[in-house]
Parts: sequence; C-alpha cells; structure tokens
Amino acid sequence: MNKLLVNAARDDAEIQALMSGVLGESSTVSRRQFLKLAGLAGGGLVLAFYFGDSQEAVAQTSTDFAPNGFVQVRTSGEIIIFSKCPEIGQGIKTAFGLIIAEELDADWQRVQVKQAAVNPAVYGRQGAGGSTSIPSNWDQLRQAGAMARRMLVSAAALEWNIPEADCRTQSSKVLSKDGRSLGYGELATKAARLPVPDVNSLKLKARSDYQLLGKRYTGVDNHQIVTGQPLFGVDTQLPGMVYASYTKCPAFGGKVAKANLDAIKKLPGVIDAFVVEGTGLAIEVVSGVAIIASSTWAAFSAKKQLQIEWDETKASKDSSAEFIARAQALAEKTGSQTLRLTGDVDTALKNAAKQVSAFYAYPHAAHATLEPQNCTAWFHDGRMELWSPTQQADSSLALIAKVTGLPLDKITVHQTRVGGGFGRRLMNDYACEAAVIAREFAKRQNAPVKLTWTREDDLSHDFYRVAGFHSLTGGVDAEGKLSAWRDHFITFTADGEKPVSGGNIDLEEFPALLVSNFHLTQSLLNSATPAGPWRAPRSNSIAFAVQCFLHELSVAAKRDHKQFLLDLLGEPRWFMPGNIRSLNTERAAAVIKLATEKAGWGKKLKKGHGLGLAFHFSHAGHVAGVAEVSVDKNKKLNIIRVVMAADVGPIINLSGAETQVQGAVIDALSLMFAQQITLEKGRVQEVNFDQYPLLRMPHAPLVEAHFIESHYSPTGLGEPALPPLAPAIGNAIFAATGERVRTLPLTKSGFSLS
Amino acid sequence: MTRLIANGKTYELKDLDPATPLLWVLRDSLGLLGTKFGCGIGQCGACTVHLNDAPVRSCLLPLSAVADQKITTIEGLASNGQLHPLQQAWIEQDVPQCGYCQAGQLMSAAALLKQKKKPSDADIDSAMSGNICRCGTYLRIRAAIHSAAGNHSTGESTIASGGISHE
Repeated sequence: MNKLLVNAARDDAEIQALMSGVLGESSTVSRRQFLKLAGLAGGGLVLAFYFGDSQEAVAQTSTDFAPNGFVQVRTSGEIIIFSKCPEIGQGIKTAFGLIIAEELDADWQRVQVKQAAVNPAVYGRQGAGGSTSIPSNWDQLRQAGAMARRMLVSAAALEWNIPEADCRTQSSKVLSKDGRSLGYGELATKAARLPVPDVNSLKLKARSDYQLLGKRYTGVDNHQIVTGQPLFGVDTQLPGMVYASYTKCPAFGGKVAKANLDAIKKLPGVIDAFVVEGTGLAIEVVSGVAIIASSTWAAFSAKKQLQIEWDETKASKDSSAEFIARAQALAEKTGSQTLRLTGDVDTALKNAAKQVSAFYAYPHAAHATLEPQNCTAWFHDGRMELWSPTQQADSSLALIAKVTGLPLDKITVHQTRVGGGFGRRLMNDYACEAAVIAREFAKRQNAPVKLTWTREDDLSHDFYRVAGFHSLTGGVDAEGKLSAWRDHFITFTADGEKPVSGGNIDLEEFPALLVSNFHLTQSLLNSATPAGPWRAPRSNSIAFAVQCFLHELSVAAKRDHKQFLLDLLGEPRWFMPGNIRSLNTERAAAVIKLATEKAGWGKKLKKGHGLGLAFHFSHAGHVAGVAEVSVDKNKKLNIIRVVMAADVGPIINLSGAETQVQGAVIDALSLMFAQQITLEKGRVQEVNFDQYPLLRMPHAPLVEAHFIESHYSPTGLGEPALPPLAPAIGNAIFAATGERVRTLPLTKSGFSLS
Repeated sequence: MTRLIANGKTYELKDLDPATPLLWVLRDSLGLLGTKFGCGIGQCGACTVHLNDAPVRSCLLPLSAVADQKITTIEGLASNGQLHPLQQAWIEQDVPQCGYCQAGQLMSAAALLKQKKKPSDADIDSAMSGNICRCGTYLRIRAAIHSAAGNHSTGESTIASGGISHE
C-alpha cells in the first residue's frame, strides 16, 4: 500500500472509531450538535459536529441531511481540518480549510487540510455538484471554526483567571489585554476538558474582520501534484492487486451474446475473463466482458482481441442526423407541452415594431475528464472496499450495496482526489462495475481489482450533455424593448414523459422572469443514449441560444446591446428575496456594467473586429462576459480577449476564483468550438481526442476575471462563469462579420481558430 | 531481461513484453504513478516523460525502444531535495485545478527550458501544444513558465500568500 493510502486509511479508521464511540454513547443528540472527541493519538482538542439524531443518522442511507465538518487542534499547535466534499479541481479542499481557519483565527501556515472519510451518517451530504459546496456549508464551517476558537479562548481565560472578554485571538494564539499569550496547541488539552457551548451563542466574524478570506492562496495539494504523488483514483496501488478492463456494447443497451473468452484467457498476462450480466441500468452495470490481467497493458491488449457477438435487439438506434431532421420539422410549430405562459405572446408579436425568428441547435457533448473513469475494488472478509475518484461517494454507497447484494455496513468507499469532474462523476457506474467484477473475481482469488477505462470506453460510455434545439420568435416594441418571447424547446426523453437528466429547461431560465409576454413550449425526442449533467447543466447550452437571440433582437431594434439588456433587467428586483438561487436584477446589471466597462464597450474597433456581450444567471451566480474577436476572410477566428465579471458574493480564495473563471471560459470555448458527439446506429462516433478535440494552449485566449464582492452570502463558482462565454463569442462574431452563428460547434460553420 | 534507467535508478525487468508501452512499465511495474494515462494515442500529453532529456509520450513508446537509455519522470524532476524552478513556479502561480495533466505539462515545460532558457509566448505555445489541460489552466501554465525562466510577468499576478500542503 502506498504512503497516501496508508495514511488515509489510518485517518479514516481513527475518525470512524472516534465517531462511532461518540454516537454509541448518546442516543438522542439534538440537531446541529457539536461534539468533542477524546482519545485521539497525541491528545488535543477535536471537534466534530453534525446535524440530526445520531441513531437516525447511523441508520440513514440517503444523504439529505445537512453537511458536517471536523476540526482538530493538536497539542503541537498543528490544526487539522477535514474537508468532507470531493476535490475535483474546483478548489474546495483549500476553500473549506480557509473558511474554518478564518473563524478559528488559525495560523494558515500550520493548518493541514485532509480529505474526510466517506460517511454520510456522520458528515451528511458529501458530493460535489451544482456549485453548492460553498453555499451549503458556509454557515456550518464558520461555526466549526468559531466553536473551536471559543473553547480555546475559554481555556485561556481560565488559565489566566481573567474574563473571556479580555482575550482576543490571532494566528493560532490567545492574547490577553495585559500582554500574555498562549498558543492554541498549549491550550488544546485544557480546551478539550471544557463543555461544548451552545452553537447559538457563537458570534461569527463580521466580514470587515476577516484576516484570511478574499486573498490569494495556492491549493493545499499543489506540492503533491507537482511532485507526482499518487493522489488520484487511478493511482491506487494495493498489495496483490490485479488489473481489469471492461468492454460494453458500443450501441447503448446491447448485451453480450457470445464472446471468445477461452481465447482471451490464453493471452499473455490474462488471469481471467468473464461475462458480467449487470443490472442493465447505465448508472449501475450494463452487460459486458471483464478481463482480469497482471497489468493495465495486458488488460487493454487483451481487450483489443475480444470478439463479442452483441445482442442488439433492445439496443439504441439513435442517430444524430435523424434527431436534427426531426427537430427541424418540429420547429415549424409550437411544442405540444406548454411549460410557461405569461401574458399574450400572439398579440404582443402582432404589435411589435420588430419581430425576429431563429432556430438554434447544439450537439451532444461528452465530459472527457482527463483521468479516465476508474475504480479499485477489493472484496475481502465479507466487505467491499473501494477507492473511487467520484463526485458522489456518499450516494455510491447504496448503489454498490444494490449491485453487489451486500448490506450497506459492509461497504467502505475511500474518496480519492478526482482528475476532473464536470458532472461525469456524479454517476458511479465505473465504481459499480469495479465492485461487481471484484466480487466475481473474489470467488477465484482474494485480490484488489483496479478497473481502468480506456479513453475509447470513456467517450463511448458517457452520460452526455444532450443536444438541443430552440425555435425562437421574439418581438421588440416601438421603444426598442423586448415585448414578446416564444421558445419551442426541443429536447430528449428516455421515458417518453420527461426530459432526460441535464436536458430540461429551468422554468425561470433567463429571460423568463423579465418578459411580460412569454411562452415556453417543449417537444421531446425519444433517445436511448445515456444523458447527465455537464458543467453548468442546462445553462451551458441554453445560454448560447437565448443570449445570442437576445442580441439578434437588440440588433433588429438598432439598440446597443448593453442598454438593451439593462432595460430588460429593469428596476432592481430580487425575485425570491432571501433565496440566493433566484435572479437579482441589481446584481445582474452590476456585472454587465463592470464587464463592459473593463472591456471598453463602445470603443472604436478595426474592421473585422467585434465585441460581444452576454450575461447569464445560473447556479446562483450572476456573470457577464465580453469577448473581443477578429475574424479574417477565411473565417479564422482570433479571440483577442475575454473579460468576465461575476458576483458570487464574497470571494473565499481569490486565486481559486480567478482560475475557475479562466477555466470555465476555456472549457466553454473548447465546447463551442469543435466538440460534438455524433450518434449513428446507437453508437458514438468520436472516441478519442483526435476526433473529440479539446482546446490547446495556443488557442487559449487572455481572460480577465473581475469580481463584485457583494454583501450576499457566498455561492459557488465552478459553473456559473461558463454559460455566458458561448453567446459572448457568438455575438462578437456577429459584430465583427455580420454572420450569425446559430449552430454549434463553430467548426460546422467553417470557423477555425488562429 | 530489459534494463531501464529511470530517475538515475537502474531497474532490471523480467517477464515483460518488450512491446509494453513505457507508461505502463512506469506505472504498473515500477510504481512510478506520477506519469498519467489520458488517451493512449499520444494526443493528450499526460504521459509525457523525458527520454535522453527530450519530451516523449510514454503511452506510445515500447519498452524495447527505451532500454538502457536515460528516462526522467515527474518523480525525478526535483533534484537533491530541491524542487525544479518550474515546480516551484507551479505552486506559486497556483497552476493546478484537478491536477491530473500537470505532471505531463511540467515535463514538457522542463524540456522546453532545457532547450531555451528564455522562451517567448510563441515558444511556449509550440512546446506545450501537445499537452491538454481539461480544466483550462493554460494561462497560468504560461505564466509559471515565464516566471521559472525569470521572464517578466505577463500580467498574471503572482499568488503569494498561504499555501500549505500535506503528506
């Protein structure tokens, strides 16, 4: 076992043991309880906290109660903070550490941040998705830090026999008015003997008192990353480990009828090969052939020699070309389902000074996390133990139990660092496969099994961002203001009733709340291709259609687009006051003004150059972007600069926030420029990076990120900076050339990047 | 038997198919897990290592082609306990997001700096175009290379404060 895993396992076991002891003692624990734990090696103050009744918590397998945290102050003065959510590149491990350290007044240089054990009964939700980690955990993490600080202050006040009010804290020390000082480490043991104060008695810091938050911090794992330490799921190494590949039908839903298993078993390095029936569900395990070998290469090489006869009677017949043809035919009418209707669109269109209609289309897209899907599973001593690079380790527990037939308490999942999430790893299919393969192989041999997907497996068996189509008609009144909006949204369904995951449209998706005559209808195309959330689900594609179409309308009305958008936003309004996930027009207007100001909106440009502006509200983030582009006569597109302005409340880590915005811009550009998954006879046609190109360094534009650190509570930034980019580029191309792009990717319209 | 010299250490390898790509020898046989698998067709650069100081894609390079030659992986980039200036710059500029591609990025960048002490943006773009970063950290990679090369800042500000890491 490598060092990392030994340490992780030790910490896990230590914490789990401590927690189970505490939980066992108290049968009724009130909500939002903090606990002290004693007996950790080395002593010191250990604070755990959780929500909910402990008995209920232990029994509970679903994950819907609120999250938890864990702080440890060692007698050495070291402070250890456990980050309960998966680190997928969004920087949460650093951000969570900072939030607790701020309220604790900890010396950040002596804070260690470690990945928490996966145990929803103790920690609550432990997923990473929807840009929710910061807003969902903000109060609780601050309380954890404040609680630890309060107990350390109490300990110092007792030691000095002075009132607590005469103590203050700074950089892991308690200081008295008369100049005495004690380090947190020196106070830890004494603090651990004190009763835990009521959480409601804690006073959280005012923002003006922050010492840490809002500045720039490097990621807590950076040193390990740049020295090549084995942090990722695919780096798992266990004694006696064997290596597996798994081959599924390239047409979704096909089953193994026959396979040349005997020939495969004779290949060099192959230990075993067998058919797995699976549950037939893409989110669990579908039919395929498992090969167990002595190395990844042997497993991959043998995979190439597989001859499988597939039973495709129930397999997907999906065809992208057919989907497009059907959507185009449907576009002529309004959709059969009305999703939202306000006012009278027909009359408003009749009375409009300008009316515009357009058809927008975007393709299926894959996540293509750079770390291919993988999981290591070990069935031993009646238990299933997994090392998994997942965005939802917590919800994988029940799935693993289901597919292996094991009780929940026999399953342990170790959360590894994740080599990219983007929504792909909200699914745990690879973990289910590994568990089922490991359990089967355990009948022959007790060995951990590392399952690694090839890139071809990954691109062929994703949960895709579905294609979508918008047949739009809009009207502008005599004053040049948006007066009518009709969107016939054409998307996909698996069950014939509701859209697939990630393929729906939010009923409040911009600009629904702002147009008095608004009609949104929907048509569903049947599809058997697995679908799922892709970074900034829904908005990542819908923003392109709606924000470009808004620009078409402002152009038709001969309006400046910035002013057109500001008029559309109107008076400052917060549609659901108190709900950070609802549109606030004041925040929206502010980011539009900031982005345009920083980008020099309205400045004189050379011929062939253009500025494009787009705003979008998603995942609680108000973000605007301005792209400056030039396009030559051969449709070579040069993205000169992208200026983004975001309001996600106070920034936790400025470095992390900036890199999320820059990454989101590059991701969005990569997606809109050339990425397309084409389905033919139920099969994906683009199966590696030569066919599914990702943006490379020479094409990465300069990106400026600006933040309005408003007084609202902080929200996530993994997603909301992505949606405005595609429409900003589309609008800039129009400004530069007069050509309106309504179909993605851009390569379809003959563009290349210079 | 094949002899492999990786990061100054000599390994005698038995019972390995000489067609096995170097990547899998490093990862599965030698336990050098810093070099990453991304695509298997030399498109993403996650598997970049140095062969006689030149960057190569180890997922395509058979063991037979690298025997007895000098191989450097990410684990061997630091020397005498001192981080390579690029590794230091990567930490300071806070380059990694998910971090999966960064070993390959660093190896490509280190090979560039060996060739050219003060690379221009164009030199960097050209040397780094074989490495995909799915998270889009390209701007910081470029800034970190300039910083390690002692070039003037390109507008990316240095990220100074904090920074703690753990086993």
